[in-house]
Amino acid sequence: MSEKKPALWLRIFSFLVYLYFYLPILILIVFSFNTQKLNVRWEGFTLKWYEVLFNDSNVMLATRNTLIIAFISTLVATVIGTMAALALQRYRFPGYTLIESILYIPVIIPEVVMGISLLAFFALIKFQLGLVTITISHIAFNIPFVTLVVRARLHGFDKSIEEASMDLGANELTTFWRVTLPTIMPGVLSGAMLAFTLSLDDYVITYFSAGPGATTLPLRVFSMVRFAVTPEVNALSTLWVLTVLVILLISQVVQKRQT
Amino acid sequence: MDEFAVEMRDVVKIFPTPEGGEVAAVNHVTLQIKHGEFFSMLGPSGCGKTTSLRMMAGFEWPTEGEIFIDGAAMGRTPPYLRPINTVFQSYALFQHMSVFQNVAFGLEMEHVPKKEIEHRVGAALEMVKLSGMSRRKPKQLSGGQQQRVALARALIKRPAVLLLDEPLGALDLKLRKEMQLELKALQKEVGITFVYVTHDQEEALTMSDRIAVMSQGKVLQIGTPVEIYERPNCRFVADFIGETNFLKGKVKKIERGLLTVELPDFSQEIKGMGHENLAVGQDVSVSIRPEKIRLEDDNNTTAVEEDKDNILRGKVLATAYVGSDTRIIVDIGHDIHMVVWEQNNISTLDPQAYYVADDKVLVHLPFENTLVLPEGVA
Repeated sequence: MSEKKPALWLRIFSFLVYLYFYLPILILIVFSFNTQKLNVRWEGFTLKWYEVLFNDSNVMLATRNTLIIAFISTLVATVIGTMAALALQRYRFPGYTLIESILYIPVIIPEVVMGISLLAFFALIKFQLGLVTITISHIAFNIPFVTLVVRARLHGFDKSIEEASMDLGANELTTFWRVTLPTIMPGVLSGAMLAFTLSLDDYVITYFSAGPGATTLPLRVFSMVRFAVTPEVNALSTLWVLTVLVILLISQVVQKRQT
Repeated sequence: MDEFAVEMRDVVKIFPTPEGGEVAAVNHVTLQIKHGEFFSMLGPSGCGKTTSLRMMAGFEWPTEGEIFIDGAAMGRTPPYLRPINTVFQSYALFQHMSVFQNVAFGLEMEHVPKKEIEHRVGAALEMVKLSGMSRRKPKQLSGGQQQRVALARALIKRPAVLLLDEPLGALDLKLRKEMQLELKALQKEVGITFVYVTHDQEEALTMSDRIAVMSQGKVLQIGTPVEIYERPNCRFVADFIGETNFLKGKVKKIERGLLTVELPDFSQEIKGMGHENLAVGQDVSVSIRPEKIRLEDDNNTTAVEEDKDNILRGKVLATAYVGSDTRIIVDIGHDIHMVVWEQNNISTLDPQAYYVADDKVLVHLPFENTLVLPEGVA
């Protein structure tokens, strides 16, 4: 590997790209500490908006809902998605190609279409819309993402380590827990991380499958900014960015430790 | 204890092909492996040797026939219930575990007490000269070291039979030669039956007590290295093991093991040793190994008078001096080139002492080393 420094113009260009990415977020964070109610001019530092935020019972409820939905849907989608990835890796059966390609349809089709179809489906089976339907919807769109990530990890998986495990006296179940799962764990964790973040900020599908009273953070934010972006929303967004950043950092550390 | 460590009785394994057909990877194989034997299965890729091994281990089940281990029919017994362990070609080490954990895995599965596991793993690592490496991860070891971990991991279970699937295939030549001798010594030391799969004939000859030569799902010949090399039972075996020269012919006369073969290309007869089930009139291949051919000067006919039938006339095409011997290619006409190895047992710097291109020579094929072999598979 050469340690050569990139050319000056490349460095300037990269800096501008990063600026383009992060300047809006930076402004948002700065204005969350602004005393003025409008996001126009800096007037002075305050933590008032955070206080307002934590006292807003609607936001707190939405946060709680969002986290519950994200945790449950991530857990279920990771288990099912990993199972699907293992099955597609291991077995060949009639209709394999079809099964494999339709699995990824939720990734490709517009979210609106998926949202409407879920709504129509819940209506058809007369299922009461609410937190449960949101969770089910999130599980549905998360499974293919987990499968995609885990399959990438399984590519090049040496099947003989499973055979070695059985050869040494471990039955199928023990082999899965002691050998297969630890080997594919980095992939499973990445899949789960992706599912968690996707669930955290989903708006469209959640909008269609949410019933009255069942609000998540993205839904709440949209209703809050209907008239104006308040510093309270800025504060909320700042915390949100921070949370995602922490998740990202954890996943990076986990990946590093594995290799 | 049964007479045999492993027995394959008329075993067939059929795999579906991607095109929807079927292929017999192993085709009616019967063989017996004795206790404490170093037994090799040798053949080109796709000959069924690895499939046979995988069926012994329990990773595949025979389509027909039965495999016995220590006299017990295995049927569909899963790998974890067989008294057999395997050393894989890829080593198949558990990357997320340390060397110690890898080697201890098999004992943990048997619920051996912790103290005993520690003791036995220590002894096993010492046996393969890896003491002090126990806390490393497999990735931190060289190829040869990983190979030893795989060996220790399998041997620590004290199996009745150890299966080895081309275990030295990934090592470089020098390390490989070292490991061949080490493996052989280790096998003698532990007294476990080794079943060794390889496509490297030299490796099989060096290490084995007996060898089964396989091709296209069938066992062609089973015998000691000497038997396989000196008395191959068909053209394929003669060709696959070592180097040899072939001449096409037809059996003319059979008298108590000594055969007279007509060589139509040379309108000449030649005498050789042959299998008893050859018949007069049958098309055969005459095989003679390069080191067993004697070259004589063209004018020196008296030297070979007693065996005068087995002499062909030729001209030296090229020679290569390789130290221990000189390799000579002789054109005997009809587009047939014979390879001859002459041992350099006289030390001299005189180039005239060696054959050179365009020398006219007599190619003498001593009848006791001239083998008459059936054309196809025996």
